[in-house]
Amino acid sequence: MSDSYKTIIGLEVHVQLATNSKLFCRCSTQFGAEPNTQTCPVCIGMPGSLPVMNRTAYQLALKTAVAINCEIPAFTKWDRKQYFYPDLPKGYQISQFDLPMSANGYLEISDEKEGRFEPKRIGITRAHLEDDAGKSIHDEVHGKADSQIDLNRTGTPLLEIVSEPDLRSSAEARAYLEELKLLLEYIGVSDCNMQEGSLRCDANVNLHLETENGKVATPIVEIKNMNSFRAVERAIDYEAERQYRVWQETGQRIGEAPKQTRGWDDASGKTLPQRSKEESSDYRYFPDPDLVPVLSTPEQVAEVRAALGELPASCRSRLSADHGLSPYDANVLVNQGRALLDYFFTTAKTCNDFKTTCNWVTQHVLRILKEQETTIEEFAVSALQLAELITATADGQLPKSRSKDAFEMMCAEKIDVATAIDRLGIEQVDESALVALCQELLATNPKIVADVQAGKQQAVGSLIGQAKKKNPNVDPGRFRELCLELVAKM
Amino acid sequence: MSLTEQSATELLQLLNQGEISSVELTQSYLDQIEAKDSQIGAFLRIDAKAALARAADIDTRRQSGKPLGKLAGLPVAVKDVLCDTETKTTCASRMLENFRPPYDSTVVAKLKAADAVLIGRTNMDEFAMGGSTENSAFQITRNPWDLERAPGGSSGGAAACVAGGMAPLSIGTDTGGSIRQPAGLCGVVGLKPTYGRVSRYGLVAFASSLDQVGPLANTTEDAALLLETIAGHDPLDSTSLDVPVPEYTATINRPLEGLRIGVVREHFATGLDPEVESAVRDAIKVYESLGATVKEISLPHSKYAVATYYVIAPSEASSNLARYDGVHFGHRHSQLSVPDPTSNSLVEMYRCSRSEGFGPEVKRRIMLGAYALSAGYYDAYYLKALKVRRLIRQDFDTAFEQVDLIASPVTAEPAFKIGQLADDPLSMYLVDLYTVSANLAGLPGVSLPCGFSSSGLPIGLQLQAKPLAEETLLRGAHMYQKATDWQSRKLDQLK
Repeated sequence: MSDSYKTIIGLEVHVQLATNSKLFCRCSTQFGAEPNTQTCPVCIGMPGSLPVMNRTAYQLALKTAVAINCEIPAFTKWDRKQYFYPDLPKGYQISQFDLPMSANGYLEISDEKEGRFEPKRIGITRAHLEDDAGKSIHDEVHGKADSQIDLNRTGTPLLEIVSEPDLRSSAEARAYLEELKLLLEYIGVSDCNMQEGSLRCDANVNLHLETENGKVATPIVEIKNMNSFRAVERAIDYEAERQYRVWQETGQRIGEAPKQTRGWDDASGKTLPQRSKEESSDYRYFPDPDLVPVLSTPEQVAEVRAALGELPASCRSRLSADHGLSPYDANVLVNQGRALLDYFFTTAKTCNDFKTTCNWVTQHVLRILKEQETTIEEFAVSALQLAELITATADGQLPKSRSKDAFEMMCAEKIDVATAIDRLGIEQVDESALVALCQELLATNPKIVADVQAGKQQAVGSLIGQAKKKNPNVDPGRFRELCLELVAKM
Repeated sequence: MSLTEQSATELLQLLNQGEISSVELTQSYLDQIEAKDSQIGAFLRIDAKAALARAADIDTRRQSGKPLGKLAGLPVAVKDVLCDTETKTTCASRMLENFRPPYDSTVVAKLKAADAVLIGRTNMDEFAMGGSTENSAFQITRNPWDLERAPGGSSGGAAACVAGGMAPLSIGTDTGGSIRQPAGLCGVVGLKPTYGRVSRYGLVAFASSLDQVGPLANTTEDAALLLETIAGHDPLDSTSLDVPVPEYTATINRPLEGLRIGVVREHFATGLDPEVESAVRDAIKVYESLGATVKEISLPHSKYAVATYYVIAPSEASSNLARYDGVHFGHRHSQLSVPDPTSNSLVEMYRCSRSEGFGPEVKRRIMLGAYALSAGYYDAYYLKALKVRRLIRQDFDTAFEQVDLIASPVTAEPAFKIGQLADDPLSMYLVDLYTVSANLAGLPGVSLPCGFSSSGLPIGLQLQAKPLAEETLLRGAHMYQKATDWQSRKLDQLK
């Protein structure tokens, strides 16, 4: 038996769309309200109530589907997915079964930083809309196994994005999720907050093995309950190894065991078998007779496409091709999200220097944001102020050696460049004063002069330190040049 | 003539002229209910005090010259399946025995806005499933013409209260004939509107793609009055049609010129009671005498209508009734507290609650529907039924290119005896033979009296029209009503 196997991964991502109200009623979707305060007869399935589709939710779904390169059929409908569960008050979820609102898309992923995999295109089988269930809260603390239901979330619009089983490693899975999240944030359809459940991911994993008897696939396992991208990576790695172990023990192939659902336990770092409500279930899907089909014309789709704005992939290639940034830098900037990229562009266009701006943003701005645990929106130095700083440095108004001090002060005290220059006491040292200082120091350091004359130019270095003590505004580069010129004339 | 023998249209005139007060009128009906309903059992609940208070309020407003709604002061009975914040909505089921909705259905809201006096809630087959009102979990309703006989169903209470002079107007619902069939068996006028004409918001669903709310009344004018009050587009119902509602009462007196009546070959096959057949054929002759041309047409797929209906309606019902699980809605088995959803006790609670809460016919239909929708059977049953449904609709589309109205029996026989079909669900389903097609095709249909059997039971005539042609339907029905005297003979016989 050979040791080589391929991990085959497909991801199902549930994205909560950023609407103010639910998918089929007007209740708020705000997270964190008191339980069961954001409900109405419709979303709790009160007898006699009827759903009416939220246009905005459909538009956001359409926007997403177009952004992930899906085809948009002219006709889509709603289906009921039926199962009994206490957090599903209607006894069915309104979803889309055989005619989803979009299909056959893709997302491109790459790993330019670490080179663990080649750039590739991940197929997207479909993306469809559905309403979310409520939340079951099981309180076993008091020994009574109390169960409570919060229906605030019931009816929140979810877009389920199902990938093809095109992913081959946990790194690819993570890259796919990060790229997808970035895209969703760029087009503004979701806040993608995993802690609040705005972005949820399940993974379908199995192995393809090369054996003496040809290719073999292991049974597919669905992993649930992964609450971070890191958890997805760990769970997939764990599951691949586990499946390989099980394969070695049992030799069980796909089709020889039912599809299993396992839950990721972050604390123990294991996937555990889940008693799933979906186990061997028949959802008895059928078209929801309370809703009418949704039609979309090519013109409407074109309108959505035109209004998308620039997507991450295109931003990256524009930064490298048009503005000369390295693919690595372009990636760093784009991956920070739309707001930071906008900041970058504003700065770069104002000072007209993309490379210097890139250095400032990737090296200094990002560092401060991380230190201060803040976002670019709340950052003390505005894009225009950063542009002024870069321009002042280029003009020589601010010595290069002092620009970082000025930046730190601008960050700390929320002041503009001019004020920082002023407070730091930075002045232009005029040429005659610099010559005088050179002459003074050369006169008092004959040993250094001798060293230089003997060919050790680097000896000037210790004079620079002395010069900066006497006048912190001295431009060390110019000072060094002058010293060498004067020594040469001696 | 006593007040309760007059038509709603006449009563409204008396109210508007100040001849009578709404309190007086409401009291007359309450008296009738008091006198008769212990025998008939049309009403599940009456709130006399609330009705009289509302009537008094309307009287006060009328006296002070304030603007009033279309039905100002007229009592209206409502089938116990439409949500109303002021009373329970039980659907004649143990499951919803204590359900008090926190919102008004659109139809109830419209009735309230029209200043109707909602006089009581009428009995029905549980969740509107049945054709005799015997499936009510609470009581039997008797046919006012013969207390040994059923009033039909599922809107049996709605038809019986009008026939029994206990309400001038009443609201029913029709999923497969549930307005037209009891109207026919009780000798009143009952109209099922085009699917989407009247909002279903707040109507507790039986089969969503078939359910429609409609009026039951003594006369065609009264039915027109009630229909124009409750019809219209509702943004809360996605299947509601966004088209203007004609003022039916304004045109109902205008006879239809060049009327073409269609008679369906397949309707006069075996199983049709000879007395019913001759009454319907006589009615068609009346139309001829009024200048209409009669054309024999064919609805080749109508023979599949009952089978198609009994796949689609239970399928939707099995889903619509899933919410009655004892967790959020409906009866919960008393021995079990809220169980841990991860344990088997949850399934046990569902099982016990649903077993206790639903009656046998409801369970039968849930089982039928769940079966038809399950994997491996969906294509053979549900999907097939949808295809036949389309063919049935196409039959009608073709027919209505040649005729304006289709005339037919409402039922094959006059009112059957209570208990006669109770143990034979299949025969009970076949009672829907003439009525289910309109629901499958989404057409409007009306049932109106067209004679009596030798034993003195009313016989109904059904007219169907193309979608949204309620105006044609009512004008056509009114022509017949004006040309015949079943209305006055009905009153004499019922005395």
